[in-house]
Amino acid sequence: MNPLSWMLPPSASTFAGDIDRLYYLILIITGIAFVVVQVGLVWFLIKYRDRPGRTVHYTHGSVKAEVIWTAVPTVTVVIIGLLSGRVWNQIKGRESVPENALPISILAKQFEWHVTYPGPDGVTGGSDDFTIRNQLHVPVGRAVVMSMTAEDVIHAFNVPAFRLKQDVVPGMTIRAWFQATEPGTYELGCAELCGLGHYRMRAVVTVHAQDEYDQWMRTARQTTAQR
Amino acid sequence: MTRLSPWISVGLVLVACGEKKGAGGADTTATAAPAPAAAGPTGGGSITGTVKFSGTAPANPTIDMSEEAACKAKHSGTITDPQVVVNGGNLANAFVYVKSGLPAGATYTAPSTPVVIDQNGCLYAPRVFGIMVGQPLEIRNSDPVLHNIKAVPTANRGFNISQPTEGMKTTRTFDTPEVMVPLECNVHSWMNAHVGVMSHPFFAVSGENGSFSITGLPAGTYEIEAWHEKLGTRTATVTVPEGGAGTAELTFGPAA
Amino acid sequence: MTSLATPVESHVQAHPDNRSFIQKYIFSTDHKIIGIQFLLMSLLFLTVGGMLAMIIRWQLGYPNKPLPGGTVLPETMAPGGVILPEFYTSAVTMHGTIMVFFAIMPLLVGVFGNFLIPLKIGAPDMAFPRINMASFWVAVPAGILMIAGFFVEGGHASAGWTSYAPLSADPEYTGVTAGQRIWCVSLIVLGLSSILGSMNYITTVINMRAPGMTWFRLPLSIWALFITSILVLLAIPILSGAVIMLLFDDVLGTHFFLPAQGGQPLLWQHLFWFFGHPEVYILILPAMGFVSDILSNGARKPIFGYHSMVYALIAIGFLGWIVWGHHMFQSGMNPTLGTSFMISTMLIAVPSAIKVFNWLGTLWGGKIRFHVPMMHALAFVSMFVIGGLSGVFMASTPVDIYIHDTYFIVAHLHYVLFGGSLFAIFGAVTFWYPKMFGRMMNPTLGKIHFVLTFVFYNLVFFPMHQLGLQGHMRRIYDPTIYDFLKPLGGLNRFITISAFLLFASQLLFAYNFIVSWFRGKKAPANPWEDTGLEWTTPSPPPHGNWPATPHVHQPPYEFNSPHVKESDFLPQTQSLDAIPGRSSAGAAH
Repeated sequence: MNPLSWMLPPSASTFAGDIDRLYYLILIITGIAFVVVQVGLVWFLIKYRDRPGRTVHYTHGSVKAEVIWTAVPTVTVVIIGLLSGRVWNQIKGRESVPENALPISILAKQFEWHVTYPGPDGVTGGSDDFTIRNQLHVPVGRAVVMSMTAEDVIHAFNVPAFRLKQDVVPGMTIRAWFQATEPGTYELGCAELCGLGHYRMRAVVTVHAQDEYDQWMRTARQTTAQR
Repeated sequence: MTRLSPWISVGLVLVACGEKKGAGGADTTATAAPAPAAAGPTGGGSITGTVKFSGTAPANPTIDMSEEAACKAKHSGTITDPQVVVNGGNLANAFVYVKSGLPAGATYTAPSTPVVIDQNGCLYAPRVFGIMVGQPLEIRNSDPVLHNIKAVPTANRGFNISQPTEGMKTTRTFDTPEVMVPLECNVHSWMNAHVGVMSHPFFAVSGENGSFSITGLPAGTYEIEAWHEKLGTRTATVTVPEGGAGTAELTFGPAA
Repeated sequence: MTSLATPVESHVQAHPDNRSFIQKYIFSTDHKIIGIQFLLMSLLFLTVGGMLAMIIRWQLGYPNKPLPGGTVLPETMAPGGVILPEFYTSAVTMHGTIMVFFAIMPLLVGVFGNFLIPLKIGAPDMAFPRINMASFWVAVPAGILMIAGFFVEGGHASAGWTSYAPLSADPEYTGVTAGQRIWCVSLIVLGLSSILGSMNYITTVINMRAPGMTWFRLPLSIWALFITSILVLLAIPILSGAVIMLLFDDVLGTHFFLPAQGGQPLLWQHLFWFFGHPEVYILILPAMGFVSDILSNGARKPIFGYHSMVYALIAIGFLGWIVWGHHMFQSGMNPTLGTSFMISTMLIAVPSAIKVFNWLGTLWGGKIRFHVPMMHALAFVSMFVIGGLSGVFMASTPVDIYIHDTYFIVAHLHYVLFGGSLFAIFGAVTFWYPKMFGRMMNPTLGKIHFVLTFVFYNLVFFPMHQLGLQGHMRRIYDPTIYDFLKPLGGLNRFITISAFLLFASQLLFAYNFIVSWFRGKKAPANPWEDTGLEWTTPSPPPHGNWPATPHVHQPPYEFNSPHVKESDFLPQTQSLDAIPGRSSAGAAH
């Protein structure tokens, strides 16, 4: 992908499309504003440059102009705000976590992600759970809800491909959810400065087809991973 | 107030510099060694013995290095963390040291040769060792990955440093005796080591067969302690004849 | 609108000056000297901040390669010249800290607040000249202390200029001990300097305007500095309080922010950003004011929509208090709270847009002179538009999920702080240099410096938008750890090289600044043919500024006024009646 592109990289989660569409809407609106203002600016500099015989159009302003360029930006940002608010609630709203989402616990620490999967009882917090370092495995097409906390300082769970980012705070348990749409491997990074190893707090996210996921889960439960 | 301001700044800088005291963080070799000349009483005596283990040894946890490929490649098969190493009833990696019995006021000069701890295959080697107050600890990174070694002492000043490149060496010292200072890696949470900081040179670590030997002791009666990272401590009293050897056997059980 | 207080006929005007050298230039109570003292100190810190940026850029452009000349650095920072992750994080932290607190803020407020306010309102000096002197001399130890932090064991603060707790509250997490504490103490001391200064500026503007200088005859630079000073007075104490709490958590065993004993990490963020957002408006409002003055001068036309511009400044100053949560959308605070901050943040775009359109309106129909300050002012408008528009993306909470803590944010903040404030500062320094030093800066050097800076600046910061859109996180020592960032190495390298060229180009400004001081063309009283009060007194003005209190008869920015045919500008002190053979019909309002 062209690194100078203003297009977003490919995504693989259900709400990524909503976020990307909002981005492109804002890109178009601000792009138009950008072109109008910059071109206008350059045009004025050329047209109104100091030349012999130029007379200045002396004025202190125009109330009509003020009204227009107050109203138009206001209406524009209000519309963007309303559209954004709806998407925001759908993703981060406390009631927005889908029912029957697969539970996973995440513990962030300097400088690792400890991912705890539920045991056969299907819920986290039991003694049949198991923990893997720096690997997040999920099935495709199924909502996953993560309960996240940190052991030491603030970290941030960040999977760009899912358009998901959530600060993970010690002393708080924060829930975040996603639903992957495309099998494959993606990267999880830390997005909140957490110390000298911040740059290296990387985990691999593997989205499996359902049967592959079941197979993985069976094997993983057999191998007792270190907590 | 304005005429005081430069002095306030000088004062604040001095306060900040005062934070520098304590040799625990110096990065050059052989800093602030104890006062020279008084090399304490030594002798030809020694304490030898075996650290034993009775009962069923707890299983050592496995280490999942799959997300650190460069380290995983240095091992074959399942990697376990050798927390409790028992061979034929003998316990390895117990830190044995003279706890009391040396003449009062005895001081010993730390050698200038460094104790080396290596990070190789994402494991510390050695995982239990001793060092003298003021003796340089040379930390080596033999892995092509970032290690972030952190010392978490209670009596000493700690350190928290990174070694991002293979072959890096960094030196630190401790300035207060402490049993034991934990060392950990923040990037690889399974990595643990422990260092006993001693004011004298009379310490050893039990080998694969549980045996240990502390030499150079003057004659006397000593209390020795064996410390293990999981199993607690055991003590014994040993009498060392002039130029001779005292023996001891310390036995650990499954519970700490 | 009548003035709040009756402008005082000042009786302390220019008189025989028998002060010693130390009283005149070191422990001076003259606002002009204090402004220059802040200027010299801030330019030094700007250089230090720039050098730290070079360290950051080196590591990002050439990860893990030895820094050229890096072997002079101690082993704790860069063994063999290879920058360590902890030094990198410290460089990132200190670059932000020094640029915000010791470069941009004092350049805008300490320099021009001091230098311009009495001169542009017709006062002989500040309301409290000795407190003014104290304000500078308290800033000096704060600066020395901040530099001292680089030399202590454990290194300097490395938790980001935002210093989030618990990372900053417990040395166990960073290995930094004295450095973080020095950072805290230095900012507390600097805060005292800011509070003393702002109190002075506010009092002076309210009480010491010359007769006829009504509120709506104040130039926008003064309006901006006045509103900024109110923001400083109210916001800085919050930072001081928060930093004291942080220091206490670190050294006294309190737990305001440490969760293990019931503290709240998010409390730090709320406190910091409740200060921090007004702070960023402190960092832009004066720049907007200077740009208005310079644009009007360069276009030879009154500022378009003067009253709207004043109300927009007030609106930004007010709204700036209720948007702080937009720095915390992803922090774990209640998402509904996020929505309310999104609304206020979206709204604050409006007064900024109003200002941009009014600047365009000022240029429209003008007769534009491209002197060096004008070039910088125009660059401000253009770059600030980019910075402002990029802000719309992050104001949208869902889009922010993706771009938070990426280089998109870094691009935005540098477009407003460098593209905006720093260009305005270059313009303002060039514009008021003759008044400060009695000499002109060399215009050819000025134009070359401008062009090089403008080009390289955009080559450095524009691609950072795209870096962020590809997901490139902030404050990461080695992006190549991530597969998805590996393809961006070339772009990072390009930005790094551009950054080195940008930094090198500043040598031209430094040379121009220093050499012109001694060898610049001697400046007349009004080299820019401007209408402000400061141009009615010699360059530089005498102690006390005018022999007698000036009287103000005109609004600001009366260029090419139809009332005056003899010249294309009408000074604020010029009474139309006083021009021979002229009636006062249509006199100024």
